[in-house]
Amino acid sequence: MGAVSHDAHAHHEESFVSKYIFSQDHKMISKQFLITAIVMGLIAMFLSTLFRIQLGWPEESSDILHAFLGDRWAPNGVLDRNMYLGLVTMHGTIMVFFLLTGGLSGTFSNLLIPLQIGARDMASGFLNMLSYWMFFISSAIMVLSLFVESGPAMAGWTVYPPLSALPQAVPGSGLGMTLWLVSMAIFIASSLLGSLNYIVTILNLRTKGMTMLRLPLTIWAFFVTAILGVLSFPVLLSAALLLIMDRTMGTSFYLSDIIVGGEMLDNTGGSPLLYQHLFWFLGHPEVYIVLLPALGLTSEIISTNARKPIFGYKAMITSILGIGFLSFIVWAHHMYVTGMSPFLGSLFVFTTLLIAIPSAVKVFNYLTTIWRSTAIYTPQMLFSVALVSTFITGGVTGIILADSALDIAVHDTYFVVAHFHVVMGLSAVFGMFAGVYHWFPKMYGRMMNLRLGYVHFWLTLIAGYGVFFPMHFVGIAGAPRRYYDYSVYEGFDSNQFNIIMELNVIISIFAIIGLLAQVLFLYNFFYSIYRGPKAVQNPWRANSLEWTTPVEHVHGNWPGALPVVHRWPYDYSKPGAAEDYIPQIVPLAEGETEEH
Amino acid sequence: MKFIVLIVIVLAIIAVAQLTRIYELTSKLRNRSEAEVDYRDNKMNANLLLLFGIGMFVSYIWMIARYGAGGNTVSASVEGVDYDWLFAVNLVLISAIFFVTNGLLFYFAWKYHAKPGAKAFYYPHNAKLELLWTAAPAAVLSVIIILGLLQWRDRTGAASENAQVIELYSKQFDWAVRYAGKDNKLGKFDYKLVNTDNPLGLATTETIAARVEEMRTELEALEARINDKDAVYSVAALTEMKNTLATKERLFVRLLQLQQNHNPEWDALAKDDIVQPANIKLVLKKNQEYDIYFRAQDVIHSAFFPHFRAQINTVPGMVTRMKFTPSITTKEMQEKMKDDNFGYILLCNKICGASHSNMKLNVEVLDEAEYDAWWAEQVATKTFGNN
Repeated sequence: MGAVSHDAHAHHEESFVSKYIFSQDHKMISKQFLITAIVMGLIAMFLSTLFRIQLGWPEESSDILHAFLGDRWAPNGVLDRNMYLGLVTMHGTIMVFFLLTGGLSGTFSNLLIPLQIGARDMASGFLNMLSYWMFFISSAIMVLSLFVESGPAMAGWTVYPPLSALPQAVPGSGLGMTLWLVSMAIFIASSLLGSLNYIVTILNLRTKGMTMLRLPLTIWAFFVTAILGVLSFPVLLSAALLLIMDRTMGTSFYLSDIIVGGEMLDNTGGSPLLYQHLFWFLGHPEVYIVLLPALGLTSEIISTNARKPIFGYKAMITSILGIGFLSFIVWAHHMYVTGMSPFLGSLFVFTTLLIAIPSAVKVFNYLTTIWRSTAIYTPQMLFSVALVSTFITGGVTGIILADSALDIAVHDTYFVVAHFHVVMGLSAVFGMFAGVYHWFPKMYGRMMNLRLGYVHFWLTLIAGYGVFFPMHFVGIAGAPRRYYDYSVYEGFDSNQFNIIMELNVIISIFAIIGLLAQVLFLYNFFYSIYRGPKAVQNPWRANSLEWTTPVEHVHGNWPGALPVVHRWPYDYSKPGAAEDYIPQIVPLAEGETEEH
Repeated sequence: MKFIVLIVIVLAIIAVAQLTRIYELTSKLRNRSEAEVDYRDNKMNANLLLLFGIGMFVSYIWMIARYGAGGNTVSASVEGVDYDWLFAVNLVLISAIFFVTNGLLFYFAWKYHAKPGAKAFYYPHNAKLELLWTAAPAAVLSVIIILGLLQWRDRTGAASENAQVIELYSKQFDWAVRYAGKDNKLGKFDYKLVNTDNPLGLATTETIAARVEEMRTELEALEARINDKDAVYSVAALTEMKNTLATKERLFVRLLQLQQNHNPEWDALAKDDIVQPANIKLVLKKNQEYDIYFRAQDVIHSAFFPHFRAQINTVPGMVTRMKFTPSITTKEMQEKMKDDNFGYILLCNKICGASHSNMKLNVEVLDEAEYDAWWAEQVATKTFGNN
């Protein structure tokens, strides 16, 4: 409907409010998602720097901690034990959900789905707008919960009950936890609205000639991501609703036989393991909800900047589908040592390790794409190469954690923290940076500064590895995660204590460097929005459809008729062609075959 | 000091801004666009990528050399030795994958950067190659899965008949221990029976009767307070008291049911158990297999014995278990480590509240003679039925 009537509306004047605030245009919504996500990401990164100060230099008085947390949470500049847990919890929650789920998928699905499939806009602009504003409201509630008197949620980002259900057990499980649950419920609604919209748009609004097997890999990644979201987020919502009932209505879904703070509760028959099953039924697909869009973006970027078709296009699609399917039958690998039946555990060992196969196929395909290419190292290409490297590094440690027998002694240690930060904190974030550098000209019609991009990349890469690589060794040394400090080790093994502390200082220093490096990105980003050099229509000489739209955004994306697609998007350096790229709108030449 | 740091940061930002301006002006003069990477920059970044790859490998090897690949501490249980072997096998495999794939990545990224006149090779797919790198990981993973599951079966299967039964009871932020007595069986328990005399809530005819009396007195006192005509309560306080009363009444009804269902024959199971209050020490015998059961009183905790390579969560409302056989006494380990203060430990490894990082229990492994002496003393002083 919208697609047909857009031509007539193309030039109507819009008020400030309908253009910039309650916009229903997917390009504006994607910018709103991006800016919100950048703000949330910075907050979460800053929170991590605060607790890294405590971990690197435990119990030392810090002016920085005192300046930001005040007498309430950092008396004399020493971090409060409860607030430490609050910072860890909020860092995880914001990063996983608000930066990497809402931010990554929200920004690039919104921007690229209509542009790359040749649609005027999303299937429902109104739902899309609702999706953003619910995301915004949930972000605001989550950030506000940091300022609650009893502190934010403190039960870790997975908020396992009974800890998250009992304010007597930890102060953050009072109002802070309530706000956490409210925020997440709204967030899930936002994510569902967005995902439904993406699926419908991809299935129904592809332009003439854009068959499923001519879609860029970005779109395939967003498509599978949206399906994962639609199938898994409702389960988290139900988990949250049951938790709300346990907290406020006296039910016993997760609670049984508890004495806390000297008080005997009458809850009986519930199971904390039920929550864990429900949580991880979302939680594991969530990992791929975070990772697949990043892999999709870099597939596009590596091919474009290598000036070479992505190797094994169909194998890449199969891998995405395989990862998507398998991600639903691996959740209990987070629960090997929770007291779950060991037999069930062994089934999950099998399914989990299967995921390594499609992941390996993707890595090898990236390697072959770069082999005999002519790589142009724009910042987005550098971030993409770094993504492949961190995907390998983070992937192989997953093999150890997936193996239940080996998980026993590294479960919940820093080895786990290192593993998922290398894949999510580095890979997925690198994918997001790559996406921003690559599509900035499309979003803002201007170019970002290359040299600043280089400095930002190198500092971020080195700081990122500097933080998360040594962390594996902290974990192997046996250091449990979410510890306020490691002084307990002094009492029984000073040798191990020295190793942990030496590494913790190194990690904290790199974390601070990493935070400061983002100033370069922020400066480059915001300066370029207003003052960057004007972009040309197709700055990276890419094939996909978004680069056939005018630099100045128009409502409906293409001023005239929708483009017609004649080929797959990866015809780079095709023998016999005049240029080293052939956009999808160029018809096949006489005698030319379409191959992929 | 703060002030200087602040000034340095501000100056750095200004410097970056100015440098960017200069760079932009020169770009404009030279007619260069931000979309075009010149060959010199391209080569520099390609070189840096290779350098980074090499640096990453060197730092990995250096860290393995300095910090060890499996923790610095020798494994102190029979199962832990097998664990360390499997960990080493996996670590070798994944390190090989790490070096080969990352090596190829950085090598290709360096070798195939755009140079004047170079043209990329149009190579969209190759079914044989794709089949190869589906099959190769599948083969490697089969080995990993089979080795892993065999060990998992051994670790989680039933303990042998000779295994000594122990229970560890966790709450914020300490651990209590209960050793099964002569019969090597743990007595029954119920959380409603927990009080100062019976911190682990063991069920015997006497403890149940005592608890019924205690609760009855509590209920009567509370009812009396609520019905006290002379007292003036706020609505909130009154509601609170009535809610507490309702909770206690429900618990009381269940306690009476428990009393009815209790079989006095079970008393013997609990009476020979040796109960050690929280925060003392877990004492184990060298080369003795242990079958350990876990309970939690308030939230989830996790029993993590790093030196025995053993871990299981403790969950309110549910009993979990593990087994292991300590193989090195504390004294032997102190000599091995050349550290007289070394000791084994039980740590909490599941976020459980403010003092999570202090929730521990010292563990001591003794040889048979020392253990027997210690055990005799425990039997004499801490047998549950005698106290």
